[in-house]
Amino acid sequence: MNIATVFEIALAAVVLGLAIWTIAVPDTYSATVGFIAYGLLVALIWVRLDAVDVALTEAAIGGGLGGVVLLGAAARLRDTEAMTTEGPSLIVRLSAAILSASIAAALAVTILLLPDPAPTLAPSVVANAGATGMTNPVTNVLMAFRGMDTMLEKVVLLLAIVGVWSLASDQAWGGRPGPRHQADPNGVLAFLARLLPPAGIVVGIYILWTGADHPGGAFQGGAVLASMWLLVIMAGLVDTPPVRSRWLRLILVGGPGLFLAVGLGGLCFGAAFLAYPVAFAKPLILSIEVAMLLTIATTLGLLLAGAPERSAER
Amino acid sequence: MSVARDIITVAGVSAGVFFFFAGTVGLLRFPDTLTRLHALSKADNLGLGFVVLGLLPQTGGLRDGLKLISIWMFVLLAGATVSQLIARTARQSGSGK
Amino acid sequence: MSAVTVFGLCAAAAVGLGLYGLIANPQPLRKIIAFNLLGSGVFLLFGIVGRRGAAAGFGNDPVPQALVITGVVVAFSATALAIALLLRLFQIAGSTTLNSRAAASPRSDPSGH
Repeated sequence: MNIATVFEIALAAVVLGLAIWTIAVPDTYSATVGFIAYGLLVALIWVRLDAVDVALTEAAIGGGLGGVVLLGAAARLRDTEAMTTEGPSLIVRLSAAILSASIAAALAVTILLLPDPAPTLAPSVVANAGATGMTNPVTNVLMAFRGMDTMLEKVVLLLAIVGVWSLASDQAWGGRPGPRHQADPNGVLAFLARLLPPAGIVVGIYILWTGADHPGGAFQGGAVLASMWLLVIMAGLVDTPPVRSRWLRLILVGGPGLFLAVGLGGLCFGAAFLAYPVAFAKPLILSIEVAMLLTIATTLGLLLAGAPERSAER
Repeated sequence: MSVARDIITVAGVSAGVFFFFAGTVGLLRFPDTLTRLHALSKADNLGLGFVVLGLLPQTGGLRDGLKLISIWMFVLLAGATVSQLIARTARQSGSGK
Repeated sequence: MSAVTVFGLCAAAAVGLGLYGLIANPQPLRKIIAFNLLGSGVFLLFGIVGRRGAAAGFGNDPVPQALVITGVVVAFSATALAIALLLRLFQIAGSTTLNSRAAASPRSDPSGH
C-alpha cells in the first residue's frame, strides 16, 4: 500500500461522495454544480489511468461544456422547483435501489474477475503505426484504424443539431438561437471576452496540431474553440448566427463531408473505403482534422446555444 | 542537483497545498458571499502560484516552464473575472448572502 | 489493491448511483444528470479494461480510449438535445413534468406553435 494507492483511494472516495451528493441533494442547481465538480475529478481519474487524451476530453466536453448546458437549463427551470409533483412511491424507489445495487455488485464482481493475461490491442496499434506517420496512438486509432467510427460520430453530431433546430417555433424558424445577451461594454465580462479568445484560439489550434504526437486532438481543440465563441456570445459582443445562414451550414457539413469524400476516394483509387495511401496519409489526416476542428467547434457551440428563439429578420 | 530540485518542489507544493486548504476552510466557514470570494481568491492566486513555482524545477525545459506559468495566468484571469461578476451580483441582490 | 480495482469499484458504484437517480428522481433535469453519471461510470469501466491492457510501451490500450472519446462527445450531444427538448416542453406546457395530470395551465406560446 504505497502513497499512490492511498491517493487513489482518497480520489475515488471523494468522487463517490460527490456522486452520492449529486443524486441526493434536493436543489437542482446544487446537483448541477456537484456534477461539474464530479466531471473534473473524473478527469483526474483518467490521468491516473494513463489515458490523458480521454482526461482532456472529459474535462473539456464532459465536465466543462456539459456542465454549462446543464447550468443554463437549471437557471431557466428554477421556477419549476416549487411545482414538482411528488416522487415515485416507496416501493418503486426500493425496487430501483435493489436493482441499482445488484447491477453495481455484478459490475464490481466482473471487475474483480477480469481475465488475467488481459487481452489488448496495443501491440497491433504499434505494429500498424507506420501507416500514418503520427505517434499518438489514440489519434491513430481515431483517425485511421477506426476512422469509420469517427466519421459516423460526426454525422451523429449533425443529427443532434438538426434535432435541436427542429424545436424552433414557427415564428423563430431559421432564426437565431438563444436570447440576445447584453453585458456592460465596459465591464469585466466584456473585457475578458476581448482578452481571452485570441489566446484561447491559439490554444485550441495548438491542441489540434500537437495531437499528432502528444495527447490532444480535434475534439479537445474544438471544445476550446467552441468555449471561446460562447464567451464572446455571452458577453454580447456578437450575436448568434441565424441558423438558416448558408455559410454556417457549410461549416457544419464540411467536416463529415470531407471525411466522406476522402473515404470514397479511398474506395475508388485505393484498397477500400477510408483507405489512406501511405504516402499521403499524414497530410490527408491533417486536412480532415482541420475540417473536423471547425465543424466540432461550431457544432458544440450551437448545441449549447439551443433552439432558435428569435426570428432572423430582426 | 536533483536533490535541490526536489526540495524546491516539495516546499513549493506544500506551500500551495496550505493555501488551498486555507481557502477551503474560508469557503466553508466565512459568513457571506463576499468574504468567501476573498478566501477563494487566495487559493487561486497564491495556492496555484506556489504549486506552479514548485513544479518549475521538474519541467523539461523553458517551453514547458512557460506553459505552466501561462496556465497560472489563465486561471488568475478567469478567477478574477468570475469573482468580480459574482460579487457584483451578490451585492446587487442586496443581502450579500 | 491496485488502481484498477479501486477505480473499477468506483465506476461500478457510479453506474449504480446513476441508474438509481435515473429511476427515482421525478424531475427530468435530475434524470438527465443521473444519466450522465451513469454514462461516465460506463466510460470509466472502458478505461479500466484499457488500463489492464497496457502493453507495448503504452500505459493504456488506445482502442478503448478512442471509443470513450467518441462516447463522451456523443453523450454530450445527447444531453444537449435532451435539454433542448426539456426547455421546449417547459416553454409550451409551462411545467417540466411528463405527468400530464399535474401540468399547470399551459402557457400560451407567444410566438405561436
